[in-house]
Amino acid sequence: MAAAAAKIIVVGGGLAGLSAVIKIAEAGGSVDLFSIVPVKRSHSVCAQGGINAAKNLKGEGDTTAAHFDDTIYGGDFLANQTPVKGMCEAAPAIIDLLDRMGVPFNRTPEGLLDFRRFGGTLYHRTAFAGATTGQQLLYALDEQVRRYESEGKVTKYEGWEFLSAVLDGAGVCRGICAMNLRDMSVRVFDADAIILATGGNGAIFGKSTNSVVCTGSAQSALYQQGAYYANGEFIQVHPTCIPGEDKLRLMSESARGEGGRVWVPRKLNDPRAPKSIPEADRWYFLEEWYPKYGNLVPRDVATRAIHKVVYEHELGIDGQPMVYLDLTHIDRATLNRKLEGILEIYEKFVGDDPRDVPMKIFPGMHYTMGGLWVDFNQMTNIPGVFAAGEAEYNYHGANRLGANSLLSCIYGGFQAGPNALRYAKGLTSAPANGYGASECKRQEEINGRLLSSSGTENPFKLWRELGEVMTKNVTVIRYNKALADTDEKIVELLERFRNINLSDKSQWANTSFAFTRQLYNMLQLGRVVTQGAQLRDESRGAHYKPDFPDRDDERFLKTTKASFAPDADEPRFTMEAVDTQYIPPRPRRYDAVK
Amino acid sequence: MATTTAPLDTRSPAKLKTVRIEIKRQASPDAEPRWEKFDLPLRTGMNAISAMMEIAANPVTADGRETTPIAYDANCLEEVCGSCAMRINGKARMACSALIDKVQENGVVRLEPLSKMPVVRDLSVDRSVLFENLKRVKAWVPLDGSYDLGSGPRITPQQQEEAYPLSRCISCTICMEVCPQFNEETGFVGAATIAQAKLFNEHPTGRVLKEERLHALMGDGGIQECGYAQNCVNACPKMLPLTKAISDVSRDVMIQAVKDVFTR
Repeated sequence: MAAAAAKIIVVGGGLAGLSAVIKIAEAGGSVDLFSIVPVKRSHSVCAQGGINAAKNLKGEGDTTAAHFDDTIYGGDFLANQTPVKGMCEAAPAIIDLLDRMGVPFNRTPEGLLDFRRFGGTLYHRTAFAGATTGQQLLYALDEQVRRYESEGKVTKYEGWEFLSAVLDGAGVCRGICAMNLRDMSVRVFDADAIILATGGNGAIFGKSTNSVVCTGSAQSALYQQGAYYANGEFIQVHPTCIPGEDKLRLMSESARGEGGRVWVPRKLNDPRAPKSIPEADRWYFLEEWYPKYGNLVPRDVATRAIHKVVYEHELGIDGQPMVYLDLTHIDRATLNRKLEGILEIYEKFVGDDPRDVPMKIFPGMHYTMGGLWVDFNQMTNIPGVFAAGEAEYNYHGANRLGANSLLSCIYGGFQAGPNALRYAKGLTSAPANGYGASECKRQEEINGRLLSSSGTENPFKLWRELGEVMTKNVTVIRYNKALADTDEKIVELLERFRNINLSDKSQWANTSFAFTRQLYNMLQLGRVVTQGAQLRDESRGAHYKPDFPDRDDERFLKTTKASFAPDADEPRFTMEAVDTQYIPPRPRRYDAVK
Repeated sequence: MATTTAPLDTRSPAKLKTVRIEIKRQASPDAEPRWEKFDLPLRTGMNAISAMMEIAANPVTADGRETTPIAYDANCLEEVCGSCAMRINGKARMACSALIDKVQENGVVRLEPLSKMPVVRDLSVDRSVLFENLKRVKAWVPLDGSYDLGSGPRITPQQQEEAYPLSRCISCTICMEVCPQFNEETGFVGAATIAQAKLFNEHPTGRVLKEERLHALMGDGGIQECGYAQNCVNACPKMLPLTKAISDVSRDVMIQAVKDVFTR
């Protein structure tokens, strides 16, 4: 039997990873926490608007059942219903816990939690801390983990990157192989179970709202080791982003939750300043097309509407792919109290004050609904490898509702932690073997090949090409021909990768070398996303094909499962039935009450 | 078929056509620093990070020598993760929000690592001292457990509005960089840590550790080292009320010291 103190490795220190760590440490397990960046700097920090829970503190009769229904409906019935039901039922207690941890949630005059509205629901269900809710939640969990760290229950390995899982002869996980990002050394760490909580894969699309570390590299490495990757084709394009040189910055849905209105001038190239354009000459297209939900339709619906206005009606502002998101009708004090964090971002990075001037926004890659396939206990098909948070596929189906991501991260971590511990305690001890040593050798050989490669291809340029083709063909609107071209392009990039040239071959804090390793994994995962999209000849949630405009439950009410075929060096696909035992699928439309 | 989702920014180009980026480089903690210069075409919306991304894709100096991509810390690029603090034209600030056309002086932008943290490589520094300081002042609410114990304490909107700004600290360490008292001689903990002590001292549950936090801030390296230069509050990218936090905690530390005299 395994030792009394089961050893768990958690990879990733965002909300999901930290949630898992807290549960394991509290239950007496020993945890090693690995993260590329200091965990307090993880991407969860970027989440802005809030976290959903049907606390029903506004006298609206909200229930966890309604939250469950909104989430399933919003995800176009692709999510397995059992885990989503569990998440929605657990949400109110999770909010209470975060409240006890000291998260500075906005309050009502009576001192209770305040709630705002978000997309895809008619209830005030979103608790929030200004417009920096993700930051506040991450800090609260980070503080609890720091407390466990100071008590010796958690060991942090910050500045280490996961390279692969160590699998024994029976294919059971026995630890991880990781690289120290300072001295670039590769080491094996033993564990009875591991939890991957490594976030989304925005970097595959070049520019996105994701942080620099969100490459999907860890998930891809595991997929190449035999883990299933599920629903890879479901990528959320957020309707309101600020285009930038280095990334797309998110303008939170809370801007619309607090009354922000999306519009364009009815006339192309209207020369007037936006504020002096009279109501009659403005087109509030979301409010016109979706009178019930208005500006708060789900993200996929809003994104396609903006796309249509810009490219079919050709009414983008000044002929550019941009529309207005307008808050100027709301008084400054209210805006400052509820949205200051995001308004500041716009001000800093664009230079205009959104309290005075309507913001110019456009859709951008935002969230990875798909991810590592996990069972209802958060375990992948590799025994001992668990996953939680954006890195796995469980909770959002074909489209994620706003403010459900923070919830799914924490709930997923809270499930994965105890389940991993239970698994570890039931594990028979590892046979004495050299599996760790041989995995370490395999990784060192990869490093050696890269560092000695003397080709001509710059990894950052290859990445740019990948991002451009993925953004063009695999986001809002998808055609099979373009998808086939994209896959072909990625194959070409993989071929050129063999001819890579690392201008920096040093062995100290070599960030471009680490990036190049990630790039390879991005390319492999890019094929999973692209081919998955090609196979799914229907439109569902965020996945939209004009040639197949309807949802096709008969053929595609199924989870896409990709597995890596090492000899062919490409993905193979199977389809798995979706758990729909609680809510029978019905057509999803937001132009009327559901 | 028009499916671009990342439009290029086409606002009117600034007067400058190119910008010179000068970067202080250092191969390792012990290596001698040296300067490298790069000429880049200036694009609207370009910031210090996108300039370095540009260099990574084409690592050639202004005098045509091949070099290596720059090592720097960065993650969110939205000024909320706190990673990319560095000195830009002499001023400590976040690189992601440093728009080149705003920070350039005569067409030049000089990038240097923070001067008070150990350099790892180039612009990347080791700021773990802050996280150690946060342990020292027990910057957390001591929960009984993560199981369901009902809702938290009621908190008035006014209390929330006091706490929230302090809770937005991004741990960038710029307040420590600009503080004349933050150095090896004093061992001063710095403003960020003191602000977090205040945040948790004022939380209805967190205040149970108030005495321990105040003791941690007494003596050498503690709050008394503050010289009230006020550099911190002026440099903080998130505009935390740092000097107010320091004076409030300072008062509490003094009261605690008096209490200690009578209870020991």
